[in-house]
Amino acid sequence: MAVQSDIVDDAGPYDRAKALGAFKLGDVTFYWITRLSAISVLLILGGIILSLIVGAFPAMKEFGVSFLWTQRWAPSADPPVLGALGPIYGTLVTSFIAMLIAIPVGLGIAIFLTELCPQWLRRPIGMAIELLAGIPSIIYGMWGFFVLGPFLANTFQPFMINIFDGVPVLGAIFAGPPSYLSLFNAALILAIMVLPFITSISVDVFKTVPPVLKEAAYGVGCTTWEVVRSVVIPYTRVGVIGGVMLALGRALGETMAVTFIIGNSFRISGSIFAPGTTISAAIASEFAESDGLHQSGLILLGLLLFVLTFFVLAAARLMLMRLEKKAGN
Amino acid sequence: MSDLSVSMSAAGGLPQTPVLPEAPPKVTVRNLNFYYGEHHALKNINLTLGTNRVTAFIGPSGCGKSTLLRVFNRMYDLYPGQRATGQLMLDQTNVLDSKLDLNLLRARVGMVFQKPTPFPMTIYENIAFGIRLYEKISKSEMDVRVEKALRGGALWNEVKDKLNASGLSLSGGQQQRLCIARTVAVRPEVILFDEPCSALDPISTAKVEELIQELSENYTIAIVTHNMQQAARVSDKTAFMYLGELIEFDDTSRIFTSPSDRRTQDYITGRFG
Repeated sequence: MAVQSDIVDDAGPYDRAKALGAFKLGDVTFYWITRLSAISVLLILGGIILSLIVGAFPAMKEFGVSFLWTQRWAPSADPPVLGALGPIYGTLVTSFIAMLIAIPVGLGIAIFLTELCPQWLRRPIGMAIELLAGIPSIIYGMWGFFVLGPFLANTFQPFMINIFDGVPVLGAIFAGPPSYLSLFNAALILAIMVLPFITSISVDVFKTVPPVLKEAAYGVGCTTWEVVRSVVIPYTRVGVIGGVMLALGRALGETMAVTFIIGNSFRISGSIFAPGTTISAAIASEFAESDGLHQSGLILLGLLLFVLTFFVLAAARLMLMRLEKKAGN
Repeated sequence: MSDLSVSMSAAGGLPQTPVLPEAPPKVTVRNLNFYYGEHHALKNINLTLGTNRVTAFIGPSGCGKSTLLRVFNRMYDLYPGQRATGQLMLDQTNVLDSKLDLNLLRARVGMVFQKPTPFPMTIYENIAFGIRLYEKISKSEMDVRVEKALRGGALWNEVKDKLNASGLSLSGGQQQRLCIARTVAVRPEVILFDEPCSALDPISTAKVEELIQELSENYTIAIVTHNMQQAARVSDKTAFMYLGELIEFDDTSRIFTSPSDRRTQDYITGRFG
């Protein structure tokens, strides 16, 4: 017995150090693999920004800051005139209308699914939402072009135009003639496309509300609506806004579906039933045939979209921080 | 083991309050059965809660005491597959009536939960929120009501300078008293406490117990607790439940000194549970 234990004692420290040494090598390798992965993100981001700036430089030098508020887009004029106002306007307006539609509908679906829906209906609706998210954007584009566009132009648009004819501001917003291709159609398609984002994220965060908190609210006599408005939504505010931001990011950058149905017109019209364009749609439809200054102008548009998205997301963060402060956390 | 109960009473476990005369019934339970789907959780419960009395429910985990509490305000209704049969009268109202207005019922029967559940809003709003559901009153009247409720919850002196801070910024014990104040603000008739002190430190527990005693002057109270000294301290009547059945229901002093059922005796002396 004594001999055996001596052997174990002698062998013990030596073996352990060796074993740990092997682990150490693994640790170092693992550390460097993860570190390089993390750094590669920074490199890729930096590289994209740099190449955008380099590509956009000729256009920046030629048009300067006035690129931002020039409406005319005439790449084949002599000298060529390029202005980004039309695409910027179209991007902001379509995204705004899309969110205006998608936020209430998306939240409504989420509230129904988590608070009101009978058990047997929950799965079909939940799956439909997930499938909606899985449809490629080109299919939305074709559907918008062949089905939704004609439908809107023949029914909804004339209806709205007639109703608001002669009303001061609204009359200009809903001005004719009806069109298959318009800012509104693009916004509607965008709304349908971002709906699953808002709904599925909202459903997930609504599920994080502790049941006892909801019971407490029901316990003072709240109706379902009051529980949702005063407890569920305030409690999940940050998560819901996160979902909305993700959706907004997608709406701002969505290209294919929008290119199909927005009409690609650089002229700004006050009416949302008029054709327009967005930054990404303009790039997608013109980039293949562009060269020289024209191409540089399109790259500059891309850079603008990048900056625009950045600012929108930063503004959202700021809003979130102020909300937090107001809630007294 | 029997000297455990002796040492417990020596440590002040016995109720200090004298036995009160029988009170008129506020809640009457007749042949109540409750089911979680197939599971028969409450078996033929019969008891009454006396008006302005504190009734404690004790028993090992899973014996159905919390379930019984959740029948009093129909909280189980939120979940599909849970149902109750029998009769449960709140004064002249049949609580189990399917046509009953649940919001109104829950305004009459308030509930305080195991964990503090302040709503995600300011301290002031936590109180005003419940009042606003039923009454339209001016800002100044609301201020008075909020102060009164917070005083009722023995919290006013601690929060009067920070009414606009989030309810979540308070300590656990303060949050629980905020929840009690919120429940009181709606002016219920019955208040249900579901293990209100199990997440609190001893000092907060003492405050909440004191508060329960004060509240019993104006409200009918039912409290579920795992702490037998607490049941002995705060309640007038005690119900011992075991495996979904009501084993014994009597004056608290009797339950803790000379229970008539062997199982009650075993439970309060710590032999099982």
